[in-house]
Amino acid sequence: MTSITIALSKGRIFDDTAPLLKAAGVIALDDPETSRKLILTTTREDVRLIIVRASDVPTYVQYGSADMGIAGKDVLLEHGGAGLYQPLDLNIACCRMMVAVPDDFDYESAVRQGARLRVATKYLQTAREHFAKKGIHVDLIKLYGSMELAPLVGLADAIVDLVSSGNTLKANQLKAVEEIMPISARLVINQAALKLKYKTIQPLLEAFSAAVKS
Amino acid sequence: MRNWLLPEYIEDILPAEALAIEATRRRVLDRMLVHGYQLVEPPMLEYVESLLSGSGGDLDLRMFKVVDQLSGRMMALRADMTPQAARIDAHLLNRNGVTRLCYAGSVLHTVPSGLTRTREPLQIGAELYGHVGLESDLEIQQLMLQSLSIAGITQIHLDLGHVAVFRGLVKGAGISNELETQLFCALQSKDISGLRDLCDQLDKITDKKVRHALMLLPELYGDKKILEDARKLLPDFPEIQTALNELESVASELSPLVDTLSFDLADLRGYQYHTGMVFAAYAKGCPNAVALGGRYDEIGKAFGRSRPATGFSMDLRELSGLVKPAPYPKGVLASYKKSDKSLDKEIERLRSEGQIVVINLPGHQNDQDALGCDRQLVMDQGVWKIEKI
Repeated sequence: MTSITIALSKGRIFDDTAPLLKAAGVIALDDPETSRKLILTTTREDVRLIIVRASDVPTYVQYGSADMGIAGKDVLLEHGGAGLYQPLDLNIACCRMMVAVPDDFDYESAVRQGARLRVATKYLQTAREHFAKKGIHVDLIKLYGSMELAPLVGLADAIVDLVSSGNTLKANQLKAVEEIMPISARLVINQAALKLKYKTIQPLLEAFSAAVKS
Repeated sequence: MRNWLLPEYIEDILPAEALAIEATRRRVLDRMLVHGYQLVEPPMLEYVESLLSGSGGDLDLRMFKVVDQLSGRMMALRADMTPQAARIDAHLLNRNGVTRLCYAGSVLHTVPSGLTRTREPLQIGAELYGHVGLESDLEIQQLMLQSLSIAGITQIHLDLGHVAVFRGLVKGAGISNELETQLFCALQSKDISGLRDLCDQLDKITDKKVRHALMLLPELYGDKKILEDARKLLPDFPEIQTALNELESVASELSPLVDTLSFDLADLRGYQYHTGMVFAAYAKGCPNAVALGGRYDEIGKAFGRSRPATGFSMDLRELSGLVKPAPYPKGVLASYKKSDKSLDKEIERLRSEGQIVVINLPGHQNDQDALGCDRQLVMDQGVWKIEKI
């Protein structure tokens, strides 16, 4: 029997993926929020889930340690996605990658004057490419979290971050000035796994695809 | 600085594995030689332009580069031996008929091509120049399957693709080079939503049939059935029909030789230089293809002589990782005796049979473990005999 390992992160991605997995007959036998297990068995004998950090999902799938995974577009862009198939937009965990600045900062004229901006972000690749496309010089500052703080304490002029409701920005006197791209979670598949385990993966893929459409 | 540390993704190969790799290298080369493939040994480094010719820049950032102190020109360490073989065929041999070449050697990559891969693959491959047609595609693929089985890979999954399908769709559709590259990237990763965005951009330029077909490509993978689907769903351009026919007939010849066989019409690996059928072999336990190849009819043009060509190559180091190496063979220990004619003669006889005979040099009688012997030569009633230690 061919068995399939699916990598995903707990929290929002896991919760939003559960209905899709269910459509394919896969229900986790443990709750990752309460269980400390990292490998979860499911109602399907040939499918198991592994719980990893969101940014590690592409790595596990690329190595072939997991056959498939669920990862945000943001994570895939940073990772590069080489060697992975990403055939399905799951339309879950949706948000937007945005440029945000303090309320009193005039982003438009700073850009027009060709000023060199200091940008704090977790998403270096995405930010670099976005500003390069606009022809703006930026100095990127890599942060691992709480990006909203950076402009408030003078560390950066602007931030690039994921925005879903915008409440965190508002609470910190920031405003979103530019959308870089919409972000949602993607299904990624190891290239060799898709060829070698085609008969098992294809029905899963079809079930996910049907569940996303409905 | 610990000066015995190796750079990342660079490794030593230790005795048991080294022996296994060397044995495989010899046996695979022997197999290629008896098929009429002639061995060439291209240089480790040459001018950058020459190594890049025909590969369309795919390799540019993957090559280590140095300045040639003699000419002041830029040289690079080879990252792939295929262009070198093509150069030899186009320029040095100058034969008009069919030329078959094979090669084996280390290549260097600036970045590993996969997370688990070395930056110094040991590439072995065979190329066939001068023949257009399925017969040569078949010959090369059969040779690849034989080489893999010599390397100990038993269950092989063969995946066939054909870049003419995508080329046929793009050609004459008025698609800019930049957009073509983006389409290629989206198809290569089967990124259907990315592809949809790109096709929306195409709205004005191309007709609906082509856009529709492009959207279908990433789903056209799987078993034989998808060829029928492709015939029904893709536009009936002659190059696409020819490509599908070629895939079908090669598949029917090869499917008895492999474990499983599939098609992938969106597999555009090496699109910059491949022109026809491409193929990849997969094996259990390996997260990427173990052997790759395809037809690249244009590459010789960069060297002044366009020749049809097809070939394959694989990385012996990666293959050896998939097969557990046999334990290193044990030898026969002989004690050191100065000018003992009969002992020397016996040792020579054993060695000519291929046996490992190790001389126990004086002063080391207590560290015999390191010599890797499980038997020894002893004199028994005037005759040399081998007995267990």
